[in-house]
Amino acid sequence: MLINLSINGKDVRIDVAKDEFLADTLRAQGFLSVKKACDTSCCGLCTIWIDGKPTLSCSVLSIRADGKKLTTIEGLQQEAAEFAEVLTAEGAEQCGFCSPGFTMTVLAMKSELKNPSDDEIVHYLTGNLCRCTGYMGQLRAVKKYLEVLA
Amino acid sequence: MFTLVDLVQPETLEDAYQSLISKRSNTVLGGCAFLKLGSKRIMTGIDLSKLNLNYIREQHGFIEIGAMTTFRDVETSSLLKESFNGILPQAVSQIIGVQFRNVVTVGASVFSKYGFSDLITALLVLDTEVELYHDGRMSLQEFLNQPPKKDILTKVFIKNDQRIASCQSLRNSASDFPILNAAVSQADGRWTIAVGARPLKAELALQASELLSQANVLNDETIEDAAKAASEELTFGTNVRGSAEYRQAMSKVLVQRGITEVLAC
Amino acid sequence: MKFVGQSISKIDGMALVTGKPVYTDDIALKNALVVKLLRSPYAFAKIKSIDTSKAEQLDGVECILTYKDVPQARFTLAGQSYPEPSPYDRLILEDIVRYVGDEVAIIAAVDEKTALKAMKLIKVEYEVFEPVLDFEKAIGHTSVVHPEENLSTNFEIGLQKEKNIVASHRFEVGDVDGELAQCDVIVEETYYTQAQAHAMMETYRTFTYLDHMGRLVAISSTQVPFHIRRQLARALQIPASKIRVIKPRIGGGFGAKQTGGGDVFAALVTLKTGKPAKIIYDRQETFSCTTSRHAMRIKVKMGADKEGLIKALELQVLSDTGAYGEHASTVLGCVGEYTLPLYKAKARRITGHAVYTNKMPGGAFRGYGATQGTFAVESAVNKLAEKLGLDPAAVRLRNIVKAGDTLINYPNHPLGSSTLDQCILKGQELIGWKDKYPVRQVAPNKVRALGMAVTMQGSGIANIDTSTAEIRLNDDGNFTLLIGATDMGTGCDTILTQMAAEVLETSMEQIIVNAADTDISPYDPGSYASSTTYVAGMAVVKAAEDLKQQILAQGARYLEVSAQDAELDGNVVKTLKGDKEISLYQIAELSVLGTGRQQLVGHSTYGNEISPPPFVAGFAEVEVDLETGKAELVDYVAVVDCGTVINPSLARVQTEGGIAQGIGMALYEDVRYDQKGRMQTNSFMQYKIPCRKDIGTVRVFFESSFEPTGPFGAKSIGEVVANTPAPAIAHAVYNAVGVRVQSLPITPEKVFMGMQELARL
Repeated sequence: MLINLSINGKDVRIDVAKDEFLADTLRAQGFLSVKKACDTSCCGLCTIWIDGKPTLSCSVLSIRADGKKLTTIEGLQQEAAEFAEVLTAEGAEQCGFCSPGFTMTVLAMKSELKNPSDDEIVHYLTGNLCRCTGYMGQLRAVKKYLEVLA
Repeated sequence: MFTLVDLVQPETLEDAYQSLISKRSNTVLGGCAFLKLGSKRIMTGIDLSKLNLNYIREQHGFIEIGAMTTFRDVETSSLLKESFNGILPQAVSQIIGVQFRNVVTVGASVFSKYGFSDLITALLVLDTEVELYHDGRMSLQEFLNQPPKKDILTKVFIKNDQRIASCQSLRNSASDFPILNAAVSQADGRWTIAVGARPLKAELALQASELLSQANVLNDETIEDAAKAASEELTFGTNVRGSAEYRQAMSKVLVQRGITEVLAC
Repeated sequence: MKFVGQSISKIDGMALVTGKPVYTDDIALKNALVVKLLRSPYAFAKIKSIDTSKAEQLDGVECILTYKDVPQARFTLAGQSYPEPSPYDRLILEDIVRYVGDEVAIIAAVDEKTALKAMKLIKVEYEVFEPVLDFEKAIGHTSVVHPEENLSTNFEIGLQKEKNIVASHRFEVGDVDGELAQCDVIVEETYYTQAQAHAMMETYRTFTYLDHMGRLVAISSTQVPFHIRRQLARALQIPASKIRVIKPRIGGGFGAKQTGGGDVFAALVTLKTGKPAKIIYDRQETFSCTTSRHAMRIKVKMGADKEGLIKALELQVLSDTGAYGEHASTVLGCVGEYTLPLYKAKARRITGHAVYTNKMPGGAFRGYGATQGTFAVESAVNKLAEKLGLDPAAVRLRNIVKAGDTLINYPNHPLGSSTLDQCILKGQELIGWKDKYPVRQVAPNKVRALGMAVTMQGSGIANIDTSTAEIRLNDDGNFTLLIGATDMGTGCDTILTQMAAEVLETSMEQIIVNAADTDISPYDPGSYASSTTYVAGMAVVKAAEDLKQQILAQGARYLEVSAQDAELDGNVVKTLKGDKEISLYQIAELSVLGTGRQQLVGHSTYGNEISPPPFVAGFAEVEVDLETGKAELVDYVAVVDCGTVINPSLARVQTEGGIAQGIGMALYEDVRYDQKGRMQTNSFMQYKIPCRKDIGTVRVFFESSFEPTGPFGAKSIGEVVANTPAPAIAHAVYNAVGVRVQSLPITPEKVFMGMQELARL
């Protein structure tokens, strides 16, 4: 089935299977930053933006994204690199497999919340699991990143 | 692995309903977060995206929540934050994460009658009705007690009666399904108590609610009696998250906390 | 120092965070066959018949392989140095299946959908046997998990397969029974530690193809490329020279990837079809068809005199190794290896068995037996202190091994470094021991309490794990550092570069690091057993020193002075008099061409006969809800002695991550099975790892020591950090409500039921 998507600002028309999910479609299209790690909609690694909202791309049927605006980290390289500077300075990317999805949520939070408290940051980012870092370093990095921006 | 042979995006509810009943394996799609967990074979998936069912609005003394409204919409709705002490945003805000709540929908959660649902427990202590395309409008409780039936849940109505409400849950870890949840509300001296994740679906504790409503004074003792009554009139089961015995004991604790919290408001 | 001791960002970090395609599935060919595995629905059964004909006819199916199609050499998936201590007890596919999820058939097709469709068309008839599910009933069970004649071991590990015993272990110093008889106080308790899932974010995955020489190439998400090569050679019965294993970036390991995953299956498909193939385990397979931490029962007997001097310590261990014996004997041995040396009791003993059951195999998991042993021993020490009416920190300070003391595992080598005593004192101060220990009421239904534990691990495996490093001076004056250590996110590519840069007085940017590729890398067993910083680190330092000497000598030759009269100063070699100099660039260029004709290559192979222990003192503050029994971690302080800290921010995050894993193990992580042996916790929905809200505050501090045998004084850090949370949190919960949970995890229900029990007494 043909659908129209805007991926990182570029309009594409692609053929997808009816039971195909967006994470698979995006990987097939070469957006390899999109990682899958749980198959049960609860790890957050596949987070992309759909019309600006952080969303699990593994759980959205591609057909349903017809006409929507999708953003992956490939489309936010400059912002991602700015955050990566801070995150890597803390050593809090570790294996990095969860980092793109995590970064997408951080960047969404940045535009959605103004001056979030620690609790608000933790709450917003809870859907992104990480097994390496224990989260403390990520929190330090996010706070520094928001400070630098301010 | 689930299979989906076809998908339709009807423009009217009637088309959606006709499509639903035309084949046994046709199914309405919700947020689809749980879809791929099962090994369900769906002939035609019916997507309600084009029916404008994503809204939270106040109309004729009711708050209406459309079936396609996401949990994230519920969580961030200023109307819902201000209603019933924000019990609904609170009930959904602990579930997994933002990107998950941007996917799952109110309609699918309520229609599926999930036992672990925090939302249903909270809705039960409000004056909540559901609207089904075929069967029409009925109370949430009545709907929950019906056997599963093919229909389309279009919206949830909540009477905006200024009741004060509280929801409580107990989890082994923060992002887990609850071991147990409970909700309590009070309006004009009428109390309503519900307990969910027993692990079966949420149910009203009618006797306990009545006991509390009839009590002349509300003190530690009468509150404890009501909480105890709730834990005795409802049934509890055992699963990996907790035993029936523990759930029953926790039911008393959570209900007691709910009542106390409502009284403190 | 310019590089060592600096918090330098990981050299690959920018690529990882910005989402560059650097992991196995990102670089696999798009047209690779997709490999899927049909798995057993029964815990123990024999395949009576298997019919693949319908599946094979399906369009797009490339091949379907069953036990009839595989080589008949038994092997182990454990990635260990040869001769592997794990039994050769598995075939790629066999007509007997030993746990729910054991492999029955390999399906290769053009895409995943086709492969899954084909899987459904395979008809299998099973003869179902009674499974061994309770590991405490495994010894002498009527069912024998491995009755086969051709199961073998490389050396004696105490295998008695007819009794379901995989391995037996006994180690003793002193007269344990004699000492116990004279003790004033004895603690005797039984502890249970559960199976824990590694739950690294990237599941197991391998991409295989044949290269231009017809050799098998496996790009594998593994911690042990050289072991995988040996494993594939044995399992597939082809020479190792025909195999190349490449490790790209990998998304976490924690020991999981010290055991082979789907490599053999993809490799077999590629060998049979000649085509590229990839296998990606889904999360359910990763949870239920790979390995977990070995579940154990540990009986502890500990005796002391009235002053709190520990005289005797005995451990009796029963380890559940599941259906196959990966890491069975070594994890069992490590229970004592990393606990018995810690306290200077006159007499110490460990005895134990690892047993086969019809469940998913146990495997290597960060801590490797030490985690289990530490929970038991530290819980016993806390109980002993209470019985004696002494402060548990004081009891430890009285009994712990100190620098200069003799460790029981290395009688001829005094302990080179330890600041564990300072770690304990500092931790007490930071957690607020004086004011908060043991317990305070903070709300009508809430109490807060403290608990503690200490631990040690090793740094590599003494006398076995040996690492080789090479550093080349390239034609334009930069360096290539060749190592076989496997960065799995830990940052070893970075810290090994830091060490090389420090020795060579160059910059990080001048060093190209290459790891790991069995065709190119010098031999290294891989990153496990806390070996990389210490063992590979030492190899890198020595290789860099070797190269530095060569550069100096070569430079001096070009300057026409003797090497003693010249020095290397960053980018130039100059005479001590300062009258002549030659740049590194010129040396490099002249060496590879023209008159030099000798490319300079530094080289070192390093292994040690000791494994210096790092130490941690862990302190937990928990808040327990008196009505529900739920314990929440409020604050965790870990004070670490890992010798010299090579990269503080990376060491800190590793510590925080290890502690988070320990917190999960302490409070809720639990691999559970139903009565038929089916795993119930096979997704992140059912198996909860800590999320961001579960962690509370974790605070990490370093009390550096200087390990004389380590690179720049460093010891290991990777594993030791996982060990203290379970016993420290259990101790804190006890101090809060008087309930000793001796069977992990410490769920609200266990605490609540314990409180009810106390109330009844």
